[in-house]
Amino acid sequence: MSEKDLMTRRIKPITTAAVIFFLVSAVAPLFVASWATLFALILAKGIVVLGIVLLLQAGQVSFGHAMFFAIGAYTSAFWGKYVGGGDILLYLVLGGISSTVFGLIVGLFVVRYREIFFGMLNLAFSMVLWSLLEKMFPYTNGADGIRVARPGLLGFVFTPETFQYVILYVSLLIAAAAFYGVQRYLESPLGHMLRAIKSNETRLEYLGMSARRVLLIGYVISAFLGGIGGTLVAIIQQIATPEFGFWTKSGEFVFIAILGGGAHAFGAFAGAAMFECVRFYAAAHLADSWQLILGVVLIVIILYAPNGLIGLRQRYRQSGKGGR
Amino acid sequence: MNSTLAILAVLDGISYAALVFLVSVGLSLIFGVLRVVNVAHGSLYAFGAYLAATFSIKVAPLSPWLTYPALLAASIVIGVVCGGFIERVLLRPLYGRDDVLQLLITFAAFMIMDNLQRLIWGVQPIFAAEPLKLLPNVTVFGVNYTSYQVILLPAVAVATLFGLRYFLRRTLAGAVIMAVTEDREASTSIGIDARRVYFVTFIIGASLAALGGALASPTTSLVPGMGADMIVLSFAVAATAGLGQIEGAALTALMIGLTRAFVIYLQPEFEVLVPYLLMVLVLLVRPYGLFGATQMRKI
Amino acid sequence: MADVLLSARDIKIRFGGVIAADGINLDVHEGENLAIIGPNGAGKTTFLNISTGYLRPQAGTVTFLGQDITAHLPRTITKLGIARAFQIPQLFLDQTVMENMLIAAASRQGYPSGFKALARLPEASEMERLLELVGVRSYAERTARELPEGQRKLVDIALALALKPRLLLMDEPTSGVASSEKLEIMDILTTALAKEKVTSVFVEHDMDMVERYAHRVAVWNVGKIQKIGTPAEVLADPKVQQQVIGI
Ligand SMILES: Nc1ncnc2c1ncn2[C@@H]1O[C@H](COP(=O)(O)OP(=O)(O)OP(=O)(O)O)[C@@H](O)[C@H]1O
Ligand SMILES: [Mg+2]
Repeated sequence: MSEKDLMTRRIKPITTAAVIFFLVSAVAPLFVASWATLFALILAKGIVVLGIVLLLQAGQVSFGHAMFFAIGAYTSAFWGKYVGGGDILLYLVLGGISSTVFGLIVGLFVVRYREIFFGMLNLAFSMVLWSLLEKMFPYTNGADGIRVARPGLLGFVFTPETFQYVILYVSLLIAAAAFYGVQRYLESPLGHMLRAIKSNETRLEYLGMSARRVLLIGYVISAFLGGIGGTLVAIIQQIATPEFGFWTKSGEFVFIAILGGGAHAFGAFAGAAMFECVRFYAAAHLADSWQLILGVVLIVIILYAPNGLIGLRQRYRQSGKGGR
Repeated sequence: MNSTLAILAVLDGISYAALVFLVSVGLSLIFGVLRVVNVAHGSLYAFGAYLAATFSIKVAPLSPWLTYPALLAASIVIGVVCGGFIERVLLRPLYGRDDVLQLLITFAAFMIMDNLQRLIWGVQPIFAAEPLKLLPNVTVFGVNYTSYQVILLPAVAVATLFGLRYFLRRTLAGAVIMAVTEDREASTSIGIDARRVYFVTFIIGASLAALGGALASPTTSLVPGMGADMIVLSFAVAATAGLGQIEGAALTALMIGLTRAFVIYLQPEFEVLVPYLLMVLVLLVRPYGLFGATQMRKI
Repeated sequence: MADVLLSARDIKIRFGGVIAADGINLDVHEGENLAIIGPNGAGKTTFLNISTGYLRPQAGTVTFLGQDITAHLPRTITKLGIARAFQIPQLFLDQTVMENMLIAAASRQGYPSGFKALARLPEASEMERLLELVGVRSYAERTARELPEGQRKLVDIALALALKPRLLLMDEPTSGVASSEKLEIMDILTTALAKEKVTSVFVEHDMDMVERYAHRVAVWNVGKIQKIGTPAEVLADPKVQQQVIGI
């Protein structure tokens, strides 16, 4: 059976799953109020992880992507602290712009590197940002972080009860749009070229393309998604701390991507849902060992379902095909 | 900055560099042979430190001198048990699969170890300065300093450097490891059992991380998060040097240790920034690190 | 005489102790098929690497249509009109053969903007024709990784053709292809090249192929061109027979 058959067969049920997932996120929290924030968080993180999944297409793992997440979050935090007032939409626009600009600057350097060096350099950049956030106490409050006051939306202000739904639906809209956009991008020539970087950069260059440019475009999109996700999380949790940019956060995003399955955009949301749910319930019942539980989950997934949650169906058919 | 402070900074830098070198050379060795960045390396360092503290607190009442073998015992126990487990159980099924998965499974090991560490040893700082206090202080250019830090630690680091060099260049087991580092396909095709090499190398690398932790334990209070900080620092050293470069790691550790020590005296806020900034700068100029070399693909 | 397309002057390169090019001078004329022959390790692939910017020679220059391309990157040279098929096929192994071809088609236009799906590019039928030409049409929907070596080499050639080059460099184009099919493929290929007015340089070990399809032959030996001329002249040379062909 050809790969193409597998692909078309796989995409259909996954797209259906994605639609169901977005519908559930819209409806379920109406019945259980505590789920509103949970789902908002899942969607926001899913957006960040979408960026990781993009880079995974090119075979690159950024172990510093939390820097864009932190930049999105701190953009809102700084605005609230120094300018005051604020609006969800404004925060998103600012977070999007700052992370894109930052992504472009960092990207210009990191796209010259591949594999472990790419991961390392991203890590180094993110750690520089983290140390600055942590140490520039007068501006950033250091490790305590900056509180983000609950913003309005288009001039409306909300009670905390309504607000959690407002931010949920904002996150949902953005997540759905990002999901669709990333899908389209990956199917476009540029998206295919991004995948081509993973298997044969030499050929790409010999077709007249600059692999670095192709990767840079993917990188900037991925930074943008990171920034948007960070902005949303800062608004949802009403705080931005240096922890947002620490390497373990970056690791967590890569973790979620692999958990969901790095081969498909929906993996980002499947992974985020699983991750946040485990954390939500483990933290409630086993406050001391949720990290341990997540670690074990990750090991089980990697060893027994390397294609992630969305790859589970494929497990048996894929056997015999190496990972590279 | 007066000269006393400068000497103090140099001494701080050297003792710090010695510890960092031990940890990063382990990381570098593992990468050179297995092509895996061991994210749990910092946790091995932390476990080494905690177990060493536990041991030395236990044996100190018998005789304070027993704390030295206790440090060594702790690092070997951690290296063999934890390191062996990570390689044999977690990494082994993943050889030949996507590199991301190998990296990530060590990340899982990091998460678990980080959590276990808090469950076992709690979150309160632990002190076990016995070995440090046993040795007398020395005066270096008019500056009083513990000989544990300015003599013992650098001595262990230098011994490790030369020991590793000797082991890798002059012994059969070392030659086998070098062969695998240089060309994995070729070495397996001449009948080298790569799996055993991986196992042994991982244990050596893990033991070095744990040794770094064990030796650090008398000099600092043990707190949660020490592993997470150490791993990025040792990444920085190993990457700056060029992954797999042993002598390079020593020089880079020294460079980072000294720079950091001076920054602490001059501009303490920027202490944590130093290694990452150096790493960014070096990698931008030399992608494969200071001592690494490029490889060209055959087409 | 026809125009000189590619011209190499005094190319030198050595890798440690290995001399791979030791003063190579060569002109490739518009419209010809030039064969390069020579023993293993003579420096044939190295010459193609230098001509396409993958390697920089330690001395000497390469010009294409009068323009110095010695220091250019492969992608810049590709855009000038040189395409290459490799000794070791260079394919996008995780994508289907058709996707490989469409990526080439999209690359030809520079940076494709917009979100149009790759699968819907208008060049699809043209790419199918090229796959048909080299005889791998039936593999179009297969992942490149699944293809046997010989078929990979043919797809590799099709990728180069998709760029509509002026000059096509091929490194042992039919090695790995079943010998029963070699002739047929080279027949079709050279006919197509002639029709499209594509000049070609191909490295070849099979003297039969050289005799049939080359207008000129250059004999490589330890980084030097030992002899160059028509196949008849060159293959008749006793020194060449002895040292290179090994009769
Ligand atoms: N990048 C490189 N680094 C080191 N040595 C190289 C490099 N490229 C080629 N060589 C060496 O240069 C010599 C010529 O290699 P080249 O690949 O050009 O030979 P060739 O004529 O194509 O041989 P074959 O018929 O086997 O393909 C060989 O000894 C090869 O090992
Ligand atoms: Mg060759």
